[in-house]
Amino acid sequence: MALTFCGLELAHPILNGSGTYDAIAARRAFGDALLDAFPFSAFVSKTITLEARAGNPPPRLWEAPAGLINSIGLPNRGLAGYLAEDLPQLAQLPVPLVTNVMGSTAAELCALVEAVEERPEVAAIELNVSCPNVKTGLDIGADPDTLAGVLAEVRPRTAKPLIVKLTPNTADVGAVALAAQEAGADAVSLINTLRAYASAVGRPGDAWLGGGTGGLSGPAVRTVALAQVLAVARRVTIPIVGMGGVQTAEHAAQLLAAGATLVAVGTESFRDPLAGARIAAGIPHFLAKSGNIAD
Amino acid sequence: MSAESGRRTLAPFGRRALAVSGRRELGAYVVLEVSDPGGPAPQPGQFFMLAAVDRWGGGADERPFLPRAFSVLRAGDGHLEFMLEDVGPGTERLCALGPGDDLWVTGPLGLGFTAPDDGRRALLCGGGVGTAPLAIWQDELLAAGRPAAALLGFRDAAHAEGAALLANPRVATDDGSAGHHGLVTDLLVEALDADPHATVYACGPPPMLEAVRALCAAGGVPAQLALEAGMACGFGACFGCVVPTRDGGYVRLCVDGPVLDAEQLAEVPWH
Repeated sequence: MALTFCGLELAHPILNGSGTYDAIAARRAFGDALLDAFPFSAFVSKTITLEARAGNPPPRLWEAPAGLINSIGLPNRGLAGYLAEDLPQLAQLPVPLVTNVMGSTAAELCALVEAVEERPEVAAIELNVSCPNVKTGLDIGADPDTLAGVLAEVRPRTAKPLIVKLTPNTADVGAVALAAQEAGADAVSLINTLRAYASAVGRPGDAWLGGGTGGLSGPAVRTVALAQVLAVARRVTIPIVGMGGVQTAEHAAQLLAAGATLVAVGTESFRDPLAGARIAAGIPHFLAKSGNIAD
Repeated sequence: MSAESGRRTLAPFGRRALAVSGRRELGAYVVLEVSDPGGPAPQPGQFFMLAAVDRWGGGADERPFLPRAFSVLRAGDGHLEFMLEDVGPGTERLCALGPGDDLWVTGPLGLGFTAPDDGRRALLCGGGVGTAPLAIWQDELLAAGRPAAALLGFRDAAHAEGAALLANPRVATDDGSAGHHGLVTDLLVEALDADPHATVYACGPPPMLEAVRALCAAGGVPAQLALEAGMACGFGACFGCVVPTRDGGYVRLCVDGPVLDAEQLAEVPWH
């Protein structure tokens, strides 16, 4: 199952989705057993921003039918805090480290990428482009031209593999992925959460979540993820990290069959901290199968 | 309160399937006993994430989906006990489990209580299902030869049967059908008036915890509060279970709590 992804040697195709696993906190809960049985072949950090963020006011979670709506708000220590405090601890993980960054302007993203580029502990960089452009209010990753413009400035700032984490909240995700490829992205990852709203009738504005709207994840989005990965795979030749509602090796195999090279596990890790390892171990069985008539 | 030693037993990495070994009803509550041979001994105040192995989902609104967090009620001899109340699709399913059923268990998680300082006596104050962590804590205090008086508040007599989980509690009910007719904080005021040289340990609904926090802050009485918040993972991954702290930031109850020093909070949040 070992494979090469953007020049990184990985033991298997399962990694974590950004923001769904805090390896530093997990080590406090589980101790060094976390390192001995690390469930992912690469670790993707939560999103890092230039300035520290406290995150959104609670409540931050709403259990949906077969899923979860979250409005966490990207809490993080900011770039300086990440580099000084988090990175030395994440560097102790037994797998390559991908640092996920987000900025609301090309200049912010360039500053983040330049700083991370200098750190040898970081194997690759993932850009979270589900951030509103300060001028247009639209997500940078919602529009192919906007994304291409940002990448034209960011791409030259790093020699590390650059992964663009696409937003599903767009009209034509294939067009955005193609724009990312043409602007020099080494890979794309998808899907991020689907914009969603938890209605609590009787509360002010009926909003349950402190942040207003949130993002839906979990098995509820799995078939959407499959369709979007399929759409992107038809447009690009760069590798794809597929994710969205994966709970089992079969689900991972479906995303691989749709065109993904790697599969990320997110919400399922909340239910099963070792889900990544369980899924990775089961993949060979499904890749060996053909069709579903005999089972 | 910052040192984790003595407050945290590390969890085995991953969830484990454990067999339900017993179930008993206690008025409005269900006490579920789970066989955990070889499992680590939790610290009082720590919690576990629980989900039924079979049929977790498909209840009201097609839920539950995520595991549910429960303070450990008691532990020992290869068993864990949890105090449950059926209040929604997750707890409904868990309350329906019986011997022979399997449970997904992750834990123990979080940080538990610390013993009183400088000769203060422990005063335990619980509300409803918040009785649970106080039972294991009282066991440990009494076993160490320390006083551990308990004050427990419930909605009514059916819920007040949960008071049997602690030794010699004073009981209050909202409707007066058992014990003192009124709030458990009435009893706390009396107890602190009689002897303020105490450390208060409280767990219960947010309005009760806020009343306890305010009372203790006004009287200069140290307090440790076991809080609850909607929690997806229990091990710091989801950042969902935060509460705002006095310093303007947030802490995650699952890794920095669920037991917080009352002084960390300007108020107990209530959603």
